[in-house]
Amino acid sequence: MSEVGDRIKQVIDEEPVALFMKGTPQFVMCGNSGRALEALRAAGAPVTAVDILPDPSIRQELSELSGWPTIPQVFVGGELVGGADITQELAESGELKRLLEERLGAEYATGEERVVDVLSGVA
Amino acid sequence: MAVDRLESLLRGAFPDAGELRVEDRTGGGDHFQVTVASPRFEGMSLLDQHRLVNDALAEPLRDGTIHELRIKTKGTG
Repeated sequence: MSEVGDRIKQVIDEEPVALFMKGTPQFVMCGNSGRALEALRAAGAPVTAVDILPDPSIRQELSELSGWPTIPQVFVGGELVGGADITQELAESGELKRLLEERLGAEYATGEERVVDVLSGVA
Repeated sequence: MAVDRLESLLRGAFPDAGELRVEDRTGGGDHFQVTVASPRFEGMSLLDQHRLVNDALAEPLRDGTIHELRIKTKGTG
């Protein structure tokens, strides 16, 4: 696997909540990415965001790893939750909080939002 | 038209679908909302339900026909 692929895998495996999106939480570039972000925020999730736009290899490697074709993609505790529609649906039904608690523990909401660059490896 | 192509792909994948709709959300022919109600979804996680829809639409997702896809799945029970 390429270096970018390795870093993507590392983010998925090591970050409690990983959101692969178009843009960043500060500058959202797509409505669906924004919906997923807001759903996660509403549930108090500590989002680690990765912008997939800087290089096409990011999206390509991500989809190969996850088997999921579209952006955004949300992972909790190393496992794919889904895209914007699923994340929003789970947030509205209250299941997202349950899932976060189940996979990350009751204190999951204490983490902070941050952005990771998978091209350079700089957080 | 893209809507017809998507609808026929979904019909093929979900022949037993009660409700099956493809909407062009923006009129531009590349932002779609699809709704599928099928007994196949019963007992499946949302993730697996959406995977089936994504699989059915793999080709238009790959070739760029679909720029944005929203999915709503329902069991029929």
